[in-house]
Amino acid sequence: MSEIQDTFRAEVRVWLEGNCPEEMRQPYGSEKDACWGGRNYTFQSNAQRQWLERMGGRGWTAPGWPKEYGGGGLDREQLKILKQELARINARPALYSFGISMLGPALLKYGNEEQKRHFLPPIVRGEIRWCQGYSEPNAGSDLANLQAPAVDMGDHYTLNGSKIWTSYGHFGDWMFCLVRTDPEAPKHQGISFMLFDMQTPGITVKPIKLISGRSPFSEVFFENVHIPKFQQIGELNRGWSIAKYLLTHEREMISWTGLSQTGMRSPGEIAMEIIGGDTGKLDDQIMRSDIARFEMDQMAFALTIERSRDEVKSGISLGAVSSWFKYYGTELNKQRYSLLMDIHGNEALAWSSEDSDEQVLAKDWLRTKGNSIEGGTSEIQLNIVAKRILGLPG
Amino acid sequence: MAMILNEEQTMLRDAARNFLASRAPLSHLRELRDGGQEDGYCRKLWQEMADMGWAAIIIPEKWGGLDYGHTGLGLVLEECGRTLTPSPLISTALLGVNALLLSANEGVCSHWLPRIASGEKLLALAFEESSQHRPSTTTTSAQPQDGSYQINGCKQGIILGGSADAFVVSARTRRGENPDEGISLFLVAADAPGLTISTTELLDNHRGATIRMEDVRVDRSHKLGPLHGGWPILEQVLDRGRIGLASELLGIAQETFERTVEYLKERKQFGIPIGAFQALQHRAAILFGEIELCKSVVIKALQAMDEENPDTPILASLAKAKCGQVAELSTAEGIQMHGGIGMTD
Repeated sequence: MSEIQDTFRAEVRVWLEGNCPEEMRQPYGSEKDACWGGRNYTFQSNAQRQWLERMGGRGWTAPGWPKEYGGGGLDREQLKILKQELARINARPALYSFGISMLGPALLKYGNEEQKRHFLPPIVRGEIRWCQGYSEPNAGSDLANLQAPAVDMGDHYTLNGSKIWTSYGHFGDWMFCLVRTDPEAPKHQGISFMLFDMQTPGITVKPIKLISGRSPFSEVFFENVHIPKFQQIGELNRGWSIAKYLLTHEREMISWTGLSQTGMRSPGEIAMEIIGGDTGKLDDQIMRSDIARFEMDQMAFALTIERSRDEVKSGISLGAVSSWFKYYGTELNKQRYSLLMDIHGNEALAWSSEDSDEQVLAKDWLRTKGNSIEGGTSEIQLNIVAKRILGLPG
Repeated sequence: MAMILNEEQTMLRDAARNFLASRAPLSHLRELRDGGQEDGYCRKLWQEMADMGWAAIIIPEKWGGLDYGHTGLGLVLEECGRTLTPSPLISTALLGVNALLLSANEGVCSHWLPRIASGEKLLALAFEESSQHRPSTTTTSAQPQDGSYQINGCKQGIILGGSADAFVVSARTRRGENPDEGISLFLVAADAPGLTISTTELLDNHRGATIRMEDVRVDRSHKLGPLHGGWPILEQVLDRGRIGLASELLGIAQETFERTVEYLKERKQFGIPIGAFQALQHRAAILFGEIELCKSVVIKALQAMDEENPDTPILASLAKAKCGQVAELSTAEGIQMHGGIGMTD
């Protein structure tokens, strides 16, 4: 067993040495260095393109997916080895993708064979960038209240209505979308899950400007949009199950924001640089205890994610705990940026600089305000924990 | 190592839970307190614990121990936290045994450890000199004198010091630049001439003690670890102690939390269970998460000791700080959410 694993590790190492460009082993310079792929993506460098093509070609952008759908077909131990080897050379992720983190798992579970063969491989190769059509103006925390009607026209559905808070909607090539297919049924039982090209006639996208000055979200309007029946996933009117399954993945993904990311410096290190101190002890005593408290919580959170993975491996299911991860991870990230604002003193007030606005802390800080709102507010997550984990009534 | 319990550990925890539920539930502490029992714990119960091997969980087999590892002891401490059971587990099985093991004094270990394992002897760790936790600024002195050491000084805040047969004492043997240079550890018999003990009943009915040492003579064979090199040992003992205390605090936090959630489901006001109110649901949900964090830091720290992980010191401080904070939160929230009944004894 371990001999097979050693061989695999050696193979991975050799392949990565030969295929991961040097430039892709450096920490991020800015947000733009994250590769999202898709039809309209402008690669920052040749190295970035090569890295995606090579990893995607090998199925290692989705290493755990079956080979027949373009994935890497790796087992649990191999996944771990690949991850370790990527970390060993500080390799950047080849691709950030809602297709991989959210839609893919739902397609693998609910899609039919033809749909899986059609939609999954381009996700792995980073050719299609997906966006998520969930919230509507009157369906935020009460998501199941969504209304966008998709009417059965025999050989296709016709979609109207609108979506809001669509992450990167103006960059998305395709949308996975919750629509209402039975307006008479109780609200959870008339929802279906559909996929469509954002270039389909009748779709208008309008970016929403946030307090950070940036526009990571859009509004999307539908006017008699034709959706072929092939693009409806799972059972008709049972889309809520897919939505819930997908939300679990979204929550897990968002909770990563609470962890310190590769190449990210800790508030403690940054404070030592900006505020300074003798013999490794920060000069500002109050700041020191705030930072210590934050870093303790971050360590404890990272250990809890590690423990929960070990539990999942040993057969204990994750379930509603993902709601707590989402809650805690996002609250932690807000704390991190609030601390960073304190640490940076009056420099934190800068809004635009002549060099670039990429690195403006105040914008990142304002962006974090949304962490505990998007993907289900902190309050909704706490409701789920109270009811589904603690079994409290009501 | 996966952060889950193995079969042996799960069995040990379940056995501890069953034993404590039948022999030392919460009422046991109240009986000790109201009966004016002087030791602050029940000697008979301790003998039963020792018969089950609890005094000897981390003692190697060659000295009559079980060699079940730090995680095993942590699990038993966690269960004792759930029932608030007072016993010499912390003073002796955790602090005393670790001090002896880490000192690697074969003579002392082979004499004392089998007697501790059997429940016959108790130890206590004497290192604090003020109300503040500053273990490196010791002023107690130990002077060499014809093959022995003469100790003078005062130690306070000694857990179960009144019941100990011997103390592990930190004393200064040399003045150095750093406060932590020149500290040595000694094993001092409780009945040594010149040593006096006074005990204090604490808030939780546990017993603390202060000892005064005036020209107390200790044979050099009772020096624990290298001369002037006691500090690194004491630091390790304290880290292990912190992790043990964190385990106990985790037990306290979990038990309070579970009882509170049950109460939220039972207690009705305005015709519905109070647990249906969102204000209380959110507080309970937040507490749930804090306890999950504690479970993770405790098991990680316990495993770090068993694996001799170099990160043990930071994991020990993390576990102790986090569990201390959350046990306070859990008990305070427990009292508040129980309403009037929360204020009763």
